[in-house]
Amino acid sequence: MNFTFRRKRVSGILAVVPANERSFLEEMRNFNFPEARSLKLKEVMGYDRHRLVEPGVCVSDLATFGMDYLFKNGLLHRDEIDALILVTQSPDHFMPPTSNVIQGRLGLKRDMFCMDINQGCAGFVIGLIQAFLLLEQESIRKVVLINADVLSRRTSPKDRNSYPLVGDAASIAVVERDAEDSVIHANLKMDGARNEVLMIPAGGFRLPSTPQTAVLEDVGDNNLRAKDHLRMDGSAVFNFVQVDVPPLIESLLAFAGVSMDSVNYFLCHQPNRFMIQKLADKMKVPYAKMPSNVVEHFGNSSGVTIPVAIAFNLADQLRQCHLQVCLVGFGVGLTWSSMLMRLGQLSFCEMVDYH
Amino acid sequence: MKSVADILKEIRPEFDFTPNNDFIADGMLDSFDVVTLVAALDKSFGVSIDGVDIVPENFRSLQTIEALLRKYGVRP
Repeated sequence: MNFTFRRKRVSGILAVVPANERSFLEEMRNFNFPEARSLKLKEVMGYDRHRLVEPGVCVSDLATFGMDYLFKNGLLHRDEIDALILVTQSPDHFMPPTSNVIQGRLGLKRDMFCMDINQGCAGFVIGLIQAFLLLEQESIRKVVLINADVLSRRTSPKDRNSYPLVGDAASIAVVERDAEDSVIHANLKMDGARNEVLMIPAGGFRLPSTPQTAVLEDVGDNNLRAKDHLRMDGSAVFNFVQVDVPPLIESLLAFAGVSMDSVNYFLCHQPNRFMIQKLADKMKVPYAKMPSNVVEHFGNSSGVTIPVAIAFNLADQLRQCHLQVCLVGFGVGLTWSSMLMRLGQLSFCEMVDYH
Repeated sequence: MKSVADILKEIRPEFDFTPNNDFIADGMLDSFDVVTLVAALDKSFGVSIDGVDIVPENFRSLQTIEALLRKYGVRP
């Protein structure tokens, strides 16, 4: 499915990461693996440090912290927000929507649109698509897109397949109309037949959490995990990314009539360094144009890795000039989506620590 | 240059990677060992094994790994 949006822009990006930093070397002993094997994996996958919330910290805490930072610094004003989109897989509650919780905590106006979207690693692109659609309405002039997840709280510390790479974070992107005649192209695919590749089996209405679903089970490869925890079929995810993502990007560039060389950066969701570098090799994109350093510094924060990559790698450039960027998200659902836009002249682009 | 057997031995020194084993079915290589192996093969032989080729079938035995490398013009 293709999309074209005219006269829309991202005007600011803030990334919020917990101050609590943990290192793979410290946590290695939690896994039932020889140290030498874990060290080899560290090198290949890019495991090093990750940022995790303290117990009890929720998505709305990260989000309101970031929003308060923007308000206090005059980078955003309460009354100008006409819509708030929250993309998360770790809401504060099943009900009410966490976007409403954030609206209430921040004291935002009532004449606005709040919505939660349950999406993961493609969530930044999905959220932007939704924000652009809302901006088609005359009454909506500024949308705040918040991506946030605290999935470390639902990841087994004894699951070497998932825990070393998980990270918690939030991002806030301000989306509004563009005075220039700009065009943004995007595309999107979904495959619910593969919905079990990435999932948290228990905790919903299909399989409510019980003492039994909290019991750690040996799930092979010396990993221990409960049904309450995040489960990832790593091989299936890897294969999905290598098979389905390159044609998605090629199709987007063809749709937009833009060559691969004219894209300054391919900003992909970052599950681990190995997967991104294999993607770059396959697409013949230089590593410098496809950053893969988010997991080693912050961990994989699901839909937040793209804005984290932007704030960490490109902040100075994006405050001063414009870049042609291709955003690429892929993950739970399965969902994969890409977007080509001219990004820049941002009124803010930075990263702050959550305390 | 290291042989494929040498590389396998570095990754899982506790196993004897003889031609008769099925490395995946016998639990000698898990999915993360395969990733480590691919990174080592890429580096040792100067190739980049395509992501779509990183499937268990290509890493079941010395023969399948060597066949995969030959696809990339390597004579292991």
